Amino acid sequence: MAGVPIDLQLLNLCAALLLLLSFAMLAQRRIVNLVNLLALQGALLLCATLLLAWRTGQAHLYVSALLTLALKVLFLPWLLHRLIRRLQVYWDSEPLLNIPVTMLAGLAVVVFAFGLAQPISALGSTATRNSIGIALAVVLLSFITMITRRKAMSQVVGFLSMENGLFFGAMSATYGMPMVVEFGVALDVLVAVLVLGVFFFQIREQFDSLDLQHLEKLREEAAAAGGGGNTSGGDN
Amino acid sequence: MTPMALITQLLQIVSALAAAPLFIGWVNQCRAWLGNRSAPSVWLPYRSLRKLFHKEAVIAEGASPLFRVTPYVVFGAMTLAAAIIPSMGTRLPLTLAADAIALVGLLATARVFQSLAAIDIGTAFGTLGARREMMVGFLAEPALLMVIFVASLISATTALPAIAESLATRSFGLYPSLAFTAVAFTMVLLAENARIPIDNPATHLELTMIHEAQLLEYSARHLALMEWAAALKLFNYACIGFALFVPWGVSTRAGGPAALFASIPLLALKLMVAGAALAVIETVSAKLRVFRAPEFLGFAFVFAVLGLLVHLLLGA
Amino acid sequence: MELVLLLSSPLLGALVLGLVGGRRSAPELNVAFSLATFLAACLLTLRVIGTGNLLVAHEQFFIDPLNVFLVTLTSLVGLTTSLFSRPYMRIERDHGRVSGARLRLYHGMYQLFMATMLVALTTNNLGLLWVAMEGATLSTVLLVTLYRTPASLEAGWKYFILCGVGIAQALFGTILLYFAAEHSLGIEGASALLWTHLNGVKGQLEPAVLGLAFVFLLVGYGTKVGLAPLHNWLPDAHAEGPTPISAVLSGLLLNVAIYAVVRCKVLVEGALHSALPSRMLMGFGLLSVVLAACFLWRQRDIKRLFAYSSIEHMGIITFAFGMGGPVANFAALLHMTVHSLTKSAIFFAAGHAAQKAGSQLMDDIRGLITLSPTVGWGLMLGSLAILGLPPFGVFASEFLILTTAMREQPWAIPILLLALAVAFAAIFGRVQPMVFGETRARRLPHPPALLPVFAHLAIVLLLGLYIPPYLADWYRAAARLIAGQ
Repeated sequence: MAGVPIDLQLLNLCAALLLLLSFAMLAQRRIVNLVNLLALQGALLLCATLLLAWRTGQAHLYVSALLTLALKVLFLPWLLHRLIRRLQVYWDSEPLLNIPVTMLAGLAVVVFAFGLAQPISALGSTATRNSIGIALAVVLLSFITMITRRKAMSQVVGFLSMENGLFFGAMSATYGMPMVVEFGVALDVLVAVLVLGVFFFQIREQFDSLDLQHLEKLREEAAAAGGGGNTSGGDN
Repeated sequence: MTPMALITQLLQIVSALAAAPLFIGWVNQCRAWLGNRSAPSVWLPYRSLRKLFHKEAVIAEGASPLFRVTPYVVFGAMTLAAAIIPSMGTRLPLTLAADAIALVGLLATARVFQSLAAIDIGTAFGTLGARREMMVGFLAEPALLMVIFVASLISATTALPAIAESLATRSFGLYPSLAFTAVAFTMVLLAENARIPIDNPATHLELTMIHEAQLLEYSARHLALMEWAAALKLFNYACIGFALFVPWGVSTRAGGPAALFASIPLLALKLMVAGAALAVIETVSAKLRVFRAPEFLGFAFVFAVLGLLVHLLLGA
Repeated sequence: MELVLLLSSPLLGALVLGLVGGRRSAPELNVAFSLATFLAACLLTLRVIGTGNLLVAHEQFFIDPLNVFLVTLTSLVGLTTSLFSRPYMRIERDHGRVSGARLRLYHGMYQLFMATMLVALTTNNLGLLWVAMEGATLSTVLLVTLYRTPASLEAGWKYFILCGVGIAQALFGTILLYFAAEHSLGIEGASALLWTHLNGVKGQLEPAVLGLAFVFLLVGYGTKVGLAPLHNWLPDAHAEGPTPISAVLSGLLLNVAIYAVVRCKVLVEGALHSALPSRMLMGFGLLSVVLAACFLWRQRDIKRLFAYSSIEHMGIITFAFGMGGPVANFAALLHMTVHSLTKSAIFFAAGHAAQKAGSQLMDDIRGLITLSPTVGWGLMLGSLAILGLPPFGVFASEFLILTTAMREQPWAIPILLLALAVAFAAIFGRVQPMVFGETRARRLPHPPALLPVFAHLAIVLLLGLYIPPYLADWYRAAARLIAGQ
């Protein structure tokens, strides 16, 4: 790595740590820790954005760094912690796949993502173009996190971490999206989490639990049993 | 073969043989301190070795020659391994014949003999331990190889001294890949040397033991050799770790006798720190149930592969 | 100016109704705001007819033949749905299924939903398009769960997660597009995502990146279109939400999502010089048609039945856009229009039918013709229209699509015909007993609000018999635009 400037080395370190965090999320069973990992991911994004802003001197990156700090490092984790306390969900139940298998699947996904990103990276002109593969891997790993979890809260953390991955992708490919879009996306994420907060309370009111196993009733059998006016066929 | 190379080689073997029990003693002492117990002397392993060598060997009935040969094979393999790991200098004539992959093979040979000998007697404990040992080995080996591959990729060679030398002489940089593999390597080290999350070295009275269960039938000089080999194994692993991750201070090809002798206190210092760190890890972690061991080693493998992938993608 | 009116009317509506949406007069306010939106859309249309394409607000918004007709359609259906929802939600409230606070949420979100869709349609910025699409999802999640039943919560959760994940893929696709634009053109900042800019230089965009981007965009927006195999959320969300929401989801949101796919396809096809995007659209379209036709047989819930029918029709439209060429595009645009009108009419009628029967299960709905002839005829005619029987507009568009397919993609014809036949048998077999079957129930006192149903069906009938020349010109211009000519 001789000859590579130190800020780029730090950026690479951030990218590598982001990837590691995604794996940690994949393995983590405690929801509280999951939220902390999410906050850490946000903090790493913040570092990466600041480094990039400093390196390229693009003012709008400072703005998006500020946005990241406010939204992803402080507000969202705070909100999620609050929700966890209010709803009393601390642990996820046993994941659908056991953890080593999930990990190996995750490795395969990373290889896939790297392969997919290779042609894009080859065309890139940004100093961080190699991180596109990592961003894509983070997105796909968050996707795995979402599909292997049962608790609504873990799925939401997966969703947010997917958004983080996309943000990182945009940053490494093109030094961020245009400001309008970035604000729009941030607004969407914020609204999504608020909507979800409302949603959680609705689910809890109905089921007294946030386990999504309760939410697997819209199937054919339910219709056969004639469960009221609202349940009927489907294709799960 | 220059005299300097010969001296380095001999010095390394001798110091490994001599210092390995001391290293074990140091780790045990640290563990005792951390556990708030009065520490045994660091020289205790030497005394017990001497005691064992003076006893009369008893061999179980029906033991095959394999059982008698094994201690010598295992000890020999570990000594040879000590000879090809660049702990003090990189000018090692023996390494022309054996690279890092051969080293892994050498360690595997020792394991195979040890397990076979444990099964040979036919006691329940021996078989149990051998089976577990093979399971751990089978999971740890890929992770160890991955670790070595990453270092090889960075330095473009599989010869350990060359890896150590190229890593030691390049300018300082942040290598996330090496950091990941260092974690993976530490986990492999713990598993392979029967340290705490996987096995408890302080007891041989547990149903879950792995390493000790294989030695139950050995006595006297055979046991002494096996114990000594185990100490050497830990010493070797520590030195592989130094060669890959903190190679600074080994005497390189360019260095003279002064550099070689300067590397001795540095190695001692590294060993002291590593031993203390090992003791800390062992103190703060709890032993895993045996069926969780695959998970632990799976993580090690994931770390190592992640290191590899990060290196391939980021070149870092 | 018209555009400002068009976008500010629903936004203001969302604000006002968010504050006072629980009052007795809120439905009327809702209608008023929708009417204002519709009028603004009409003004905008007139303006575009008069002066041609519009490019306003630092080029962030853009009106061309393709989106102006969708804007009009959207605001029209938005208006009629608000007309329908006025008595419908009042009855729901009298039945005690929704409270005042929830009606406030409903009305506010309804207007917000309209606003996000109109932004998505009129924006020139592909990033804003994404933001608006996500906004459309978010504004409807809480509407799907309006009744707070376990089933509706499940539907809402599925809707949120699937569409959220899907649309995240679309964001990645958008990032790749931006990347390609920056890479090939060296355009910096906000202008690199403007569709008009990209369309001008699409030939120079990097094919490898755009191909990959299109895969992500299609998966992302395709989830919202309800293309198989990512259609799972659609039947649930349609069946469990209030009926007006099912109508706008099916009639409008799916259209907007297809619009997004088509906009991206135009760019990618221009860059790729290969048939990959077309093939993908055709493949996903056919798969959706076939899967939907199969699932139609197994439905027991009236709204789920028509939700699957929507998947089927979205498949047909996607397939037609996949074939490309002016005729197929023309047919697809026509089909979007008539499907949107017919399907919302059907949902209005089905909603009333279910309300009268007190159940959405088709086995419980019988003899609508005696209970309420207008509802019965509305449902029957609507079903005949959606099944593509001759005098209606759906026939015209499906006929065009099939003849084009016969010429260009003959292999697909047997599959399409078979699926259409299966769908016909499934839907007709279910609707017939609902309308003409025996019943012991007595006529209910509520007068149904069926003006929207018959208004929609009348337009569909008109479109089947005679397409006014200016409308045809419009479709042709849009079709040429999509074909990249």
